[in-house]
Amino acid sequence: MKKILKISLIVLYFLFIGISLIFHFESGEAIGKNFLSFAFSMLKIVPVAFVLIGLFEVWIRKKTIEKHLGDNSSWRGYFWAILLSGTTVGGLYVAFPIAAVLFKKGAKLGVIFTYIGASAVCRIPMAIFEASFLGIKFMLIRLLVSLPLIIISSVIMGNILSKANYEIAER
Amino acid sequence: MLILYLATTILFIISLFTNRKKTKKALKIAFKRFHKILPAFLTMLIFISIVIYIFPQELIIKYLGIGNKYISTLIASLIGSITLMPGFIAFPLAGILRQQSVPYMVLSAFTTTLMLVGIVTFPIEKEYFGVKITIVRNVICFVIAIIVAFVTGIVFGEIGI
Repeated sequence: MKKILKISLIVLYFLFIGISLIFHFESGEAIGKNFLSFAFSMLKIVPVAFVLIGLFEVWIRKKTIEKHLGDNSSWRGYFWAILLSGTTVGGLYVAFPIAAVLFKKGAKLGVIFTYIGASAVCRIPMAIFEASFLGIKFMLIRLLVSLPLIIISSVIMGNILSKANYEIAER
Repeated sequence: MLILYLATTILFIISLFTNRKKTKKALKIAFKRFHKILPAFLTMLIFISIVIYIFPQELIIKYLGIGNKYISTLIASLIGSITLMPGFIAFPLAGILRQQSVPYMVLSAFTTTLMLVGIVTFPIEKEYFGVKITIVRNVICFVIAIIVAFVTGIVFGEIGI
């Protein structure tokens, strides 16, 4: 029932866009244009990211991830998570599938949540953009305040959830 | 972006020459995972196309540029949570706002929630993390963004303590 409702809403959406295009209905045209421009910018990144995830899954041994990002990785796991996040492209929508494969390979939850938070705030190309438009001081404050908070909250969340045997879905 | 393509191509070729079977398996995994999450991406794209229509840049510039800085910070953090923008659009926009002397605190609330809190990415996040954890993570990140904004305001001398 829920699925039928969802599909009909999606169909309705595209019907609306299609009709808007025919009758030059302005708001529908604008929404359709937004859809296309975001779809294109994501299609440029997401399939490539998934190929990398696939390669990661077949080549990287579970043992390696368990050792460096797993339960006994101490602070080094968080360090790697932040370093990895710096090189992530796109945004949260790329970080989630990466988080899922890291979980499958044995990374601990605290490290994974740190990775997600960090990939939102400290991707390198984005930080450069930020510094050039708003200044290095602005960027540094943001990083220095948000990163410790992200790590602390991730550790707490990770500890609580591991005790509850929480699992990230593989999809 | 170019680096991403280049790195992926190189890794893929190395993988292909090292082990054909494994590489094939990797592609299969990539396709399977991508295929499974595609409906959630579609939902997100629909959300974002509507949200961007409701909150166009001109409107954001208009609303963040006026009034009390605390209220602006709150509005900025809400708009930042709802919308999604790539960095190469968000930061130039923040630069424009700065030229109109919008406080750094407001800009910080806007850009940080933009990146950390994702209401439009909810359909994707919940597929992996479940509804409950998705909500918890976003609420925590919203609080973090507010704290960051206040510290920014203090450091830039926009609010006294």
